[in-house]
Amino acid sequence: MYQGIKLSGFGGQGVISAGVLLAQAGMMEGKEVSFFPSYGAEMRGGTANCSVVISSDEVTTPIVSEPDTVIVFNEPSLTKFEPLVKKGGLLIINSSLITSKAARKDIKTLYVPCNQIAGELGNGKVMNMVALGAFAAATGAITVDAIANALPKVYKKLKPEVIELNVKALKRGAQFKLN
Amino acid sequence: MSEKKLMKGNEALAEGALRAGCRFFAGYPITPQNEVPEYMSWRLPQVGGAFVQSESEVAAINMIYGAAATGKRTMTSSSSPGISLKQEGISYCAGADLPFLIANVMRGGPGLGNIAGAQGDYWQSTRGGGHGDYRLFVMAPNGANEMGNFPHKCYEVAFKYRIPALMLADGIIGQMMEPVEFTNAEIDIKTLKEPDWALGVNNGRAKRIVKSYDLREGCLEKMVLERVKRYRQIEENEVLYEERMIEDAELAIVAYGTSARVSMAAVKMAREKGLKVGLFRPITLWPYPKKRLVELSGKIKKFLTVEMSLGQMVEDVRLSLNGRSEVYLHSKPGGSVITAEEVLATIEGVMKKGAKEYAAIK
Repeated sequence: MYQGIKLSGFGGQGVISAGVLLAQAGMMEGKEVSFFPSYGAEMRGGTANCSVVISSDEVTTPIVSEPDTVIVFNEPSLTKFEPLVKKGGLLIINSSLITSKAARKDIKTLYVPCNQIAGELGNGKVMNMVALGAFAAATGAITVDAIANALPKVYKKLKPEVIELNVKALKRGAQFKLN
Repeated sequence: MSEKKLMKGNEALAEGALRAGCRFFAGYPITPQNEVPEYMSWRLPQVGGAFVQSESEVAAINMIYGAAATGKRTMTSSSSPGISLKQEGISYCAGADLPFLIANVMRGGPGLGNIAGAQGDYWQSTRGGGHGDYRLFVMAPNGANEMGNFPHKCYEVAFKYRIPALMLADGIIGQMMEPVEFTNAEIDIKTLKEPDWALGVNNGRAKRIVKSYDLREGCLEKMVLERVKRYRQIEENEVLYEERMIEDAELAIVAYGTSARVSMAAVKMAREKGLKVGLFRPITLWPYPKKRLVELSGKIKKFLTVEMSLGQMVEDVRLSLNGRSEVYLHSKPGGSVITAEEVLATIEGVMKKGAKEYAAIK
């Protein structure tokens, strides 16, 4: 089992946090993992991305050049990373902020209104968890429970009720199914 | 032994140095190694150590010169341009036989370059970036786990032979996160003996002098030759390398650090295509695993060096093999991203006889 993932969006959307969380969850499940962030002149409002590998075997390179899954949270990320998705791979699009559709026909695409769902749950910040829930359900690379278990390890200062909200967001995301 | 923890390479390096007994750190910020001083700034005081953010890189290395002279375990870190600034001080420390740990999390160069991971400081690290005849013990970690575990070895060698130790990483290794398991027992600094050259409070013992100069006729030569004996011992005893799928290989990739990680991915892809390719990874860059390369040349006739530079380590490969096998180079300078796919293309080109674009380096 090997899953190379690229997450990308505006700084402040929780792209990097979501990546660290995936790696932590994978590690706690006994998988080999790596996480690598873009660390250029990133700032709130700019575009940030990161690469995560979850694998049953040794992770050779942490650089994901042909991702199995790309998760994009904003329009510029779609333009930049859609071409990289491996043939037959998965593209998850945050349809709350991205109005464009995927151009490629040789990949699977899942449209998830992350911001809208997070808003319905009462906290816009958990939009990244909605996407991770959708990722878990669509790929099977990690379970929603594993991600939920990793939450307190990565965010040590989060109150229990906030953790619970994040888990709710994960579960809502997991309800999205590929056509 | 400890449980696995997901850590950033830079943080693992700082924690690893601390666990290996480091109690003084001086440094000046620069991307992509800022997590090292950041981590040290809160962690060192917890264990009774001292952290100084110096006014410059030059100040930091000279603080280390003084601190290391007390025989304690000390550390500084920086990235390429900052390491250049430290070269005078490193030369002085090497000349004064002072052991300490210096980490270079390399970025693109020359000049201010960029902040991406690169490997353009190989020559600077292994040839003596500063002036005079000296060597550094140089280790090249290939990820966060080795970042955390190599400081132990660096201090051990540095203090045994009285030589500065350098960890040569790059921005990718510094910024990546990976499960880290500290395999060495944490060192209790109370168990570390004070070296017989260490400066400090003199309670009537014989006078000790730490210096890098001797102006008396013929004396400096003697001092340098005395040091060279220790260099020879290091070359004899402290060479480290890793071999992967090398037993039946017709082509061996030679690569260190991030390049070795990417190359291993390429090796696996090549094996799936039936190509007999292996990886030889030098872990110590000085001393360089020359003898082992010569042994391997008995059956491997093609060596491909993969580097995130214009080609620097390739010179050590050529010097080691001295014409015994063909040497090729896959070069990626300027901090650009290196991928397994492009390394695989080079492997295929080199293994295909007569591919003109892949001529051995003469």
